[in-house]
Amino acid sequence: MRSSLVVDLNGLRFAHPVLAAAGCLATRRDGPGLVDLHRLGGVVTRTLTLAPSKGAPTPRAAETASGMVSFVGLQNPGLEEFVAEDLPRLRKAQVPVIVSVAGSSLEEYIRIANALHDLEGIVALEVYLSGADGERGGEPFYARPDRIHEVVGAVSRLSRLPVFVKLPPLLPDLVETARLCVRDGAHGFTLIDAVPALAIDADRLRPRLAVPVGGLSGPAIKPIALAAVYRVARAMPDVPIMGVGGISTGEDAVEFFLAGAWAVQVGTAMLVNPSAPVEIARGIQAYLKAKGIASPGDLRGRLRIQSEVPEPEVMS
Amino acid sequence: MRRVSAEVLNARKLGVYHSITIVAPEVAERVRPGQFLSIGMPPERAFLLRRHFSIHQASRRGGWAGTLEFVFDPRGSGTAWLAEIKAHQFLDVIGPLGKAFAYPTKLNTCLLVAEGHGAAPLYFLAQELRARGKRVDMVVGAETQEHVFKPIEGKRLSQTIAIVTADGSLGERGSVLDAMPAMLESTRAQVVYAAAERSTLRAIAELCMERQIPSQVTVEEPMACGIGLCFTCTVPLIRKDGSGYDNVRACTEGPVFNPARILWDRWLLDEPRMAPTPPEGFPVVKAWPG
Repeated sequence: MRSSLVVDLNGLRFAHPVLAAAGCLATRRDGPGLVDLHRLGGVVTRTLTLAPSKGAPTPRAAETASGMVSFVGLQNPGLEEFVAEDLPRLRKAQVPVIVSVAGSSLEEYIRIANALHDLEGIVALEVYLSGADGERGGEPFYARPDRIHEVVGAVSRLSRLPVFVKLPPLLPDLVETARLCVRDGAHGFTLIDAVPALAIDADRLRPRLAVPVGGLSGPAIKPIALAAVYRVARAMPDVPIMGVGGISTGEDAVEFFLAGAWAVQVGTAMLVNPSAPVEIARGIQAYLKAKGIASPGDLRGRLRIQSEVPEPEVMS
Repeated sequence: MRRVSAEVLNARKLGVYHSITIVAPEVAERVRPGQFLSIGMPPERAFLLRRHFSIHQASRRGGWAGTLEFVFDPRGSGTAWLAEIKAHQFLDVIGPLGKAFAYPTKLNTCLLVAEGHGAAPLYFLAQELRARGKRVDMVVGAETQEHVFKPIEGKRLSQTIAIVTADGSLGERGSVLDAMPAMLESTRAQVVYAAAERSTLRAIAELCMERQIPSQVTVEEPMACGIGLCFTCTVPLIRKDGSGYDNVRACTEGPVFNPARILWDRWLLDEPRMAPTPPEGFPVVKAWPG
């Protein structure tokens, strides 16, 4: 049987299901250029804000067991420079671009979504909700269901592009929040955002990041991400999910498809191995061939569950 | 810049430090002092990020053509793993990375200042400067005698050298900062190059600015990726025209910087907190070597 890596997320097609996750690609001020853009299934940009942002003070990252705690603070060139400089470069590479957007107020989300939906090369938006909500005392947008509802509703209504909502795993009720987003017009989800995490230097009695609490990424969060994907996919099997969190091999990606993901994003693994997405795509291909499965989409729902026990309290 | 699987030619202890020499002709032929290598860690281990090391030595000619040497202090899990590497094993290497030191065109007397194994890239620089007919003097410091990096090599490479240790076990007791003023006088240094930790670099930079001596420093900033993707190793750098500053990546726009352009107050925040408002009026910094 010939297998194909093409995936279709309810109308959004990618040549293969492995995308670069937000924040793991340089912008125009490109570094050495080790990442072969046109060989990626797609690119999620660094999270973009209306105005340029200088980001957080350093240190911004610390390695922890099987992962990395980091907080870059959304350093990005801002909308204007992104459209003038970054987008043309991505367009030239002919790679589908998903723009990750953030704001510090509802109005900023609306303005940035408005500015992006008519530009060639952009195939979708990803709404980042872990930033500080300037209208609610700086707590993250995801902390309040009413704010998620407002932001996702506004962006989805405004934009002609499909909207993916990136959610962290530790919400009071992830599945219910996801349902709410779909009612508000979300096309799909990116699961999961980095897990809030703290790394401490006991010797110096200090947090290892300048801004104490950052986000944990890398293999350490893979099982957490898989559970989030599994729970949302089971509740809404027809809503596309891009799985992200600790994927570094083809087998990791396959696990996400089995849990219910339609595509995957690679973040921390790219920092370690800039050709990781291409190698992961190859790994998926090899797995499909060995198992005689036609496409990654055919892996969804294939997970053999031994017994459906009601979810324990801790999960709700 | 290339990514290669490089064979280890030699791995040995060097006092308290470790040295690894790899065979990587594609990398070695382009290397300049100040640049660094990114070394991949083994898969399936708890420490996953690449480690980054200044290049100590590159031979582009002769019998050992195509080799590169880097030096490290085996303190963490990644460097402890590297310390166990033996000859003929292979390493995942990306390099050369980062901006190199610039050589002065007209000025001739260079003072190189290093702390600990920060001397490793500066010895490489010393060779290249001497090959260009420049005079090289050095200030090399460390905690103790064992931490002074290759003092004999330092003597060989320099016209005069001041060695200092914090405990006085080798050379004068003190820090490189104590030894610098006298060396600046005696050598009439026209250019300063430095490799040290942040606070020392700042003091060196201030000393040089006071005396209007152009200088370049290499920062030892921890990097998560080393290849410009993650934006975790940023340094606040004043724009050339003084119109403000940008957080630039040490791995890509550095690790060598003109210290007159580093916004030290912002970079050396004592207490971790969100960045303060930028100061008014940035200086316009003349191009290297001023």
